Amino acid sequence: MAQANDPFVSFKGVQKSYDGETLVVKNLNLDIAAGEFLTMLGPSGSGKTTCLMMLAGFETATHGDIELGGRPINNIPPHKRGIGMVFQNYALFPHMTVGENLAFPLNVRNMAKADVEDKVRSILDMVQMLAFIDRKPAQLSGGQQQRIALARALVFNPDLVLMDEPLGALDKQLREHMQYEIKHIHENLGVTVVYVTHDQSEALTMSNRIAVFDDGVIQQLADPVTLYEKPENSFVAQFIGENNQMLGTVQSISSGISTVKLDSGHIVRALAVNVSEVGSRTTLSVRPERCSISVRKSKEMSVLDARIEELIYLGDHIRCRMKVAGDDQFIVKVPNTSGQLGLEIGAVLQVGWQNNDCRALDFNKPI
Amino acid sequence: MADSHIAPLEPITAADGTPLKKKLAQALFRSKVRAVSLVVPLFAFVMVSFVIPIFALMWQGVYNERFSKYTPNLTEQLTSWDGLTEPDEALFAALVADLVVAKKERTIGRIATRVNQEYPGTRSLFTSTARKAKKLTPPFKESVIKVNKKWAKIEVWRAMKLTSQNLTPAFYATALDGRYTVDQGFVQQNENRQIYVTLFWRTFMISASVMGLCLLLGYPVAYLLATLPLRTSNLLMIMVLLPFWTSLLVRTTAWIAILQSQGVINDLLVTFGITADDSRFSLIYNMTGTIIAMTHILLPFMILPLYSVMKTIPPSYMRAARSLGATPTRAFIKVYMPQTIPGVGAGGLLVFILAIGYYITPALVGGQDGQLISNMIAYHMQKSLNWSLAAALGGILLSGVLLLYWAYDRVVGIDNMKLG
Amino acid sequence: MSGLTKKLIAIAGASVFVSSASMAADLTVVSWGGAYTKSQVEAYHKPWMAKSGKAIVSEDYGGGIAEIKAQVESGNVSWDIVDVELSDAIRACDEGLLETIDHSKLPASPDGTPAVEDFLPGTLHDCAVANIVWSSVYVYDKSQTRNWNAPKSMADFFNTQAYPGKRGMRKSPKVTMEFALIADGVPVSEVYNVLSTEEGIARAFAKLDTIKDDVIWWEAGAQPPQLLADGEVIFTTAWNGRIFNAVASEGQKFEMVWDGQIYDLDLWVIPKGSKNKEAALDFLAFSTATEQLAAQASWIPYGPARASAVARIGTYHSDDTIQMASHMPTAPGNFKNALQNDYEFWADNADQLNERFNAWLAK
Repeated sequence: MAQANDPFVSFKGVQKSYDGETLVVKNLNLDIAAGEFLTMLGPSGSGKTTCLMMLAGFETATHGDIELGGRPINNIPPHKRGIGMVFQNYALFPHMTVGENLAFPLNVRNMAKADVEDKVRSILDMVQMLAFIDRKPAQLSGGQQQRIALARALVFNPDLVLMDEPLGALDKQLREHMQYEIKHIHENLGVTVVYVTHDQSEALTMSNRIAVFDDGVIQQLADPVTLYEKPENSFVAQFIGENNQMLGTVQSISSGISTVKLDSGHIVRALAVNVSEVGSRTTLSVRPERCSISVRKSKEMSVLDARIEELIYLGDHIRCRMKVAGDDQFIVKVPNTSGQLGLEIGAVLQVGWQNNDCRALDFNKPI
Repeated sequence: MADSHIAPLEPITAADGTPLKKKLAQALFRSKVRAVSLVVPLFAFVMVSFVIPIFALMWQGVYNERFSKYTPNLTEQLTSWDGLTEPDEALFAALVADLVVAKKERTIGRIATRVNQEYPGTRSLFTSTARKAKKLTPPFKESVIKVNKKWAKIEVWRAMKLTSQNLTPAFYATALDGRYTVDQGFVQQNENRQIYVTLFWRTFMISASVMGLCLLLGYPVAYLLATLPLRTSNLLMIMVLLPFWTSLLVRTTAWIAILQSQGVINDLLVTFGITADDSRFSLIYNMTGTIIAMTHILLPFMILPLYSVMKTIPPSYMRAARSLGATPTRAFIKVYMPQTIPGVGAGGLLVFILAIGYYITPALVGGQDGQLISNMIAYHMQKSLNWSLAAALGGILLSGVLLLYWAYDRVVGIDNMKLG
Repeated sequence: MSGLTKKLIAIAGASVFVSSASMAADLTVVSWGGAYTKSQVEAYHKPWMAKSGKAIVSEDYGGGIAEIKAQVESGNVSWDIVDVELSDAIRACDEGLLETIDHSKLPASPDGTPAVEDFLPGTLHDCAVANIVWSSVYVYDKSQTRNWNAPKSMADFFNTQAYPGKRGMRKSPKVTMEFALIADGVPVSEVYNVLSTEEGIARAFAKLDTIKDDVIWWEAGAQPPQLLADGEVIFTTAWNGRIFNAVASEGQKFEMVWDGQIYDLDLWVIPKGSKNKEAALDFLAFSTATEQLAAQASWIPYGPARASAVARIGTYHSDDTIQMASHMPTAPGNFKNALQNDYEFWADNADQLNERFNAWLAK
């Protein structure tokens, strides 16, 4: 058995190619600790699902090792890996009742009949579905099917549960509700979860750590707060949450703060995150909620002229689209306090942010 | 519901005061008329070309008026005759009167054929006597028996009495290797003429074997078709469909060339020394050949429904089963196969029903075992023109199929069947 | 049964059997297809069309009178003249399905003999006029070297000791049972008398029992030459025209054994209610003239039904060295021990014997 601080799941230099010409997963290295809730987040085609399938055993790695509990599992067939899995469309067996579905993994393990009965009942109780034990999956709503699928993946006490976009087919409200439910189950059972999704808010809500995938590579692996607050490249900044991006050229770097000349000619200062040398091109990223319209220029602040293009009233805040430094898609979230109610379209004012809140990242022309 | 407790005291009316129900019926009337008028031609076509002929034919199995229609006098006399006492002069006189008319009207053949069905060998008795009927003089009993002494046999008269009854169970009795007689009711057919029950049984057995073999061979093929990559599966599909585009006779003949004792398979076996030249296998002109050829011909009818069902089963079920700890075999048996049952049912029923009606192939390659019930139906439809017996045989076959259909419905459920 | 249901059945039957609706034709002639129809087209149809200027549509069918019955009873007669077997002609006539034919309208022979005297005995009937005599015989393949003497008699066909091997026979009691009795020593003149008794039927089946394990049963007329050519059987019963065809045009070395042959007639009949009855009668008279019957015999070795035509049989149409006369069932050398199929016996007993035959097969 692996040591407590050893990783529970480990990808070591894993590559995957389907056609022998292009790599879907390029040199993946990832350690997952026991009990962790790790989310693989990324757009479709980024390689996240392939990674999950390799872990489940339905795809084989073209190169590299995958280890589970310290043992390489490349040559172990899926049914011997003991990994629970929740599928995108639940994959509940349509010809079996809910009870039979849940008993299936126990029966294949030759568990005694009475034990099976107990297990099935207790797990159904946990997901509050005991009343539905004799129904067929087709007689259940989407959310109910989802709970059964979850229960089935957990009923045989796996150490690791994989979830492949399990909430994708649910409506928004139900999805959010299920997010909390899954999170609570994870916390209560202490099981390790690897979760795949393309929905960033889902990832932020549930995960201990998030691996952001793009183009077959992990762009950043971090906890939700770090990921949001300190994106390490412009893809992550763009993909996680909202941000305003400005293009420019680094003029100087001193004590971690870079001075950037924007393409519009304005000079701003930003935290040097992903820029190395003077003269290199950079993408500046600043979150809309970190911008302010009631500012005074200071050493710690960058301030630019702005013109209000559009106002959207959202209750707790006002979403304000402005033209800043030649870009008319600049968003500022203005808190809904009484002093701000004089905003009107066409008004010219000044917008600013703390230099530390603006991050100078790799150059990446915004879409 | 919030408003359900308010009981409507009077019918709800539309804005102009007419009751809502009436208004709705008016509004729907036009669309109903349109829908009905779209269906009527097809409905009429199916009724005229399919349903009515089937019922009319079934009706023939119990109703035959050939005799009574052309022998009005005789039929009247036969009705009052008890079938036990010696036929009297009145019967003979009626016979002669009818024979004279029948000869003139050229209906004697129909009468003779009908009686011959119940009492073989009497056809010529009627036709030859009819030729001389005009010249016969009373007392007719004497003169008729003088023409042919067979007329003295009471069995001939009993057969006539039987055939004079339009509504008769006689054909169904014959179709089940029995005989319906005037004096004894239902009796067993002579042993050396008992053939139909044997043929029914053989037909069902061959059809069941063919269905079983089709399932056994078709299932893996359909699975491959449904799971292989598109390019490979398209090629495979063409190979499955190819026999469809070849004439039935050509395929049957091809099997003869392959399976006969001087055929491809036996030649190969002899060449490789597996069998001796003088002990070649009999693979055709027997039951084996029938089953092989029919299985090949009917295989696509099994594969296609299976394929269409398998195509709709997403691979995630098998993956889910394996992730839950089932071995590939167990996952296949417990999770995949139950979901293909609608296809198995549809394909099985299709193959079985088609096999029951097949007769060209068994006739050509079946040898002495190759006679099936459909051959007899065709014989009675086309050669003996005993359509009533053909109808009775067909009726029994139809009931058998319906019975199976019903059993299938009870066991699997008919709405659980997918034809593609 | 009511007239309506009856009509419906007949219509349904007709729609099953008559697959291709006749084109606008002056005359629809129906026959058995293959080489036989070809011989009729060459000898009858073409000259008649040239003479009358009318068009013929030729249809094939598989025998039997079911189609005629269906057409006549539905009142929708699309066939004008049909080539049928004798037993079917008699039966259809008795059932009132056919037009009667005035024999005095048939053409006299070239030397002036009236038709009624020129036609062979038993070939003219109330509703039917024969055109040919055909025969069921058995046949073997000369090209196969075997260590036995060439078979000569019907008894040899049943002799499995002297002639071991498979035999082909038609899966039908007709002809098969007669062959069995002839082989068992019943003189041809007595065959039907014997077969009319229960003992006679048992005797025929007993004889068939001796070769039952060695028989391959055929169903379609094209099968026997194929079975013989493939070496599947050493002997097979067959229709003489088919065998001649395999010999003359495919170069097979088949040899017919004429002993115990059973011959039958093919006749023209006109379904009652034919829409082109006058043309049909004209065609019938034309095609049964001496010259046409003799011409047909140069295409296929079926014996003409008229004495004057028998005398005029020439050579095979494509090979002058083949004298057709010697291949006819009615040729003196072939006709020594021949039996005419008894239509009356079979009309009486076909159903019963068919059941017994199938029951015997299934045993």
